[in-house]
Amino acid sequence: MRHIISILLENEAGALSRVSGLFSARGYNIETLTVAPTEDLSLSRLTIVTSGSDDVIEQITKQLNKLIDVIKVVNLSEAAHIERELMLIKVRAAGKDREEMKRMADIFRGRIIDVTESTYVIELTGSGSKLDSFIQGIDADLILETVRTGVSGIGRGDRILKL
Amino acid sequence: MTMMTGAEIVIRCLQEEKVEYVFGYPGGAVLHIYDELFRQDKVKHILVRHEQAAVHAADGLARSSHKVGVALVTSGPGATNAVTGIATAYMDSIPLVVISGQVPTHYIGQDAFQECDTVGITRPCVKHNFLIKDVRDIAMTMKKAFYIANSGRPGPVVVDIPKDITAAKCAFEYPEEVHMRSYNPVMKGHAGHIKKAMQLLLAAKRPMIYTGGGVILSNAADELTTLTRRLGFPITNTLMGLGAYPATDRQFLGMPGMHGTLEANMAMQHCDVLLAIGARFDDRVIGNPENFASLPRKIIHVDIDPTSISKRVRVDVPIVGNVPDVLQEMIKLLDGEADKADISDWWQEIAAWRARQCMKYTMKDIIMPQYVIEKLYEVTGGQAIVTSDVGQHQMWAAQYYKFDEPRRWLNSGGLGTMGVGLPYAMGAVLANPDRQVACVTGEGSIQMCIQELSTAKQFRMPIKIVNLNNGYLGMVRQWQEMFYSSRYSHSYMDSLPDFVKLAEAYGHVGIRVTKPEEVEGALRKAFVEHKNDLVFLDILTDREANVFPMVAAGKGLGDMILAEDL
Repeated sequence: MRHIISILLENEAGALSRVSGLFSARGYNIETLTVAPTEDLSLSRLTIVTSGSDDVIEQITKQLNKLIDVIKVVNLSEAAHIERELMLIKVRAAGKDREEMKRMADIFRGRIIDVTESTYVIELTGSGSKLDSFIQGIDADLILETVRTGVSGIGRGDRILKL
Repeated sequence: MTMMTGAEIVIRCLQEEKVEYVFGYPGGAVLHIYDELFRQDKVKHILVRHEQAAVHAADGLARSSHKVGVALVTSGPGATNAVTGIATAYMDSIPLVVISGQVPTHYIGQDAFQECDTVGITRPCVKHNFLIKDVRDIAMTMKKAFYIANSGRPGPVVVDIPKDITAAKCAFEYPEEVHMRSYNPVMKGHAGHIKKAMQLLLAAKRPMIYTGGGVILSNAADELTTLTRRLGFPITNTLMGLGAYPATDRQFLGMPGMHGTLEANMAMQHCDVLLAIGARFDDRVIGNPENFASLPRKIIHVDIDPTSISKRVRVDVPIVGNVPDVLQEMIKLLDGEADKADISDWWQEIAAWRARQCMKYTMKDIIMPQYVIEKLYEVTGGQAIVTSDVGQHQMWAAQYYKFDEPRRWLNSGGLGTMGVGLPYAMGAVLANPDRQVACVTGEGSIQMCIQELSTAKQFRMPIKIVNLNNGYLGMVRQWQEMFYSSRYSHSYMDSLPDFVKLAEAYGHVGIRVTKPEEVEGALRKAFVEHKNDLVFLDILTDREANVFPMVAAGKGLGDMILAEDL
């Protein structure tokens, strides 16, 4: 099963590699990983999308907590949460494709943020599956380049991950 | 406040931590630190002959004394040589602080001479590590290093210090205490779970206690013995846990696992309530986890590390906490209610397993390795600290030397590192100057750190090396005999040195023993006549003796091969 794990960790050199090293050393899977400092610059917030049986997810959570630089770990998937991912996608937009590409961007509430005679760069935000749908919805031959941030997640309502 | 160099601060920190011995090897990046070592006499330095042995010796000191072991190595190859020692300590949760020199900060990343990414290389095999980038951080980092190494589930901590940082100056003040927002090991167990555990134990018809290295590391042998005696339950100690409960006691069933006793393994399999304490259901202990889990029993698991719980086997009552604290709580609950189920039928079942005498072996005209360990036990009155390397001799030592007290048996259980025996003995003699120290080894293992005979001479370490020399990498040969149709691929040791002459060349006493009737006399000679010397006993044993009982890898614990079956 797919899980979204949120981690607060010390914003220190090497802290990220302790987390990523743990996943590779113990054979856990990372689908996406995003990290950036929080409003408190001594802290980083990290979101990992992973998958595994309940036993594996339990071990992942415990092993993460065991890392000295990790302060808090929450499995966002256990309760109501919001996830978002940003994608920038450069597509061929010439001739008849130009109109079609604009329409697709509109349907997915994307924004065209760079325009040339033959290309667009479309900015798209949403859940990972929405971004997947967009990619599947357009002609694969027209995709020149994609870049995705990976999932960021946050709990709904009163669920707060803070020190 | 007077200004000090980083190097002086490092040494002052060691003094503040009451470190008596540092095991190390100098080199360019640690020269400032070595200069400060020279200018004081509180911290004694033991010059090893290879950095791997520095870490093993610090580890041996820690295992035999409940102190934090300290090693000091230079950058690059000094640090990489230390890695095996660090990984060994990590697998067995031994508290160490390993200080490594690093190239100057402005050289880092430039492929400088003797540069390596020590923090990166050691990251997967340390509890934590640090690269110090400011002289003002040394004192707090050292404080944290000792605190992390020796609290919670212990482990090695590496502190990497660039050379320019050891030359820079600042004021020194050693922090009284340390607080880390991200690290707070749980000490007290959950009261509700402890109560539930006691209810299960008191109602059990076929209870069993299984304890590991955690009981030794947390100094909980007294609490364990009290609890076990009051409950009257059978108990087994793992390879890492030997000595936590007296091996000569009636309630002790011997070691469990791949080379455990029949009675211990059968009781592990067929109990109805299993109390696991400071143990981790290792593959060498429980065999096939699916087979183990297929039998109906309730499992209570006490451990300070939550990741050990339900890692390989699902448990019914998890208790995260410091072992002695939890055991004290359990003993308190016993004071209240004394009613426990009658387990005399269970003891009768156990007696039947015991009657099989799974450890008996046949004497021959040549020396049987098991006999050597039995004689070693007699000659030392069961009071020695015994270190071992890895292989058949390790199993025989664990099986036939009956450890009645903790911290008497030192071996690499988790990583299985050949070569630890001699350096472990070095650490043990320094930490326990009044105690006999024997290193049980084989002709394969001893050669992996043989250079330390030189260190042992320099520092007059009266270690007794008991070399069970069968001319084979015995455990490899045993597996090849059993599982590879006796194709002994590269498991023989050709061109062995003359160990007696080798010992003499290093300035020690060497004795060769070739007949069974010579064994006891040679041991007495070593331990009595040459009490203060290092003695290398090269004992030529039965070349193809095998370790039994045995549970083959991947099999269930109940699927045992006994010597009598063959």
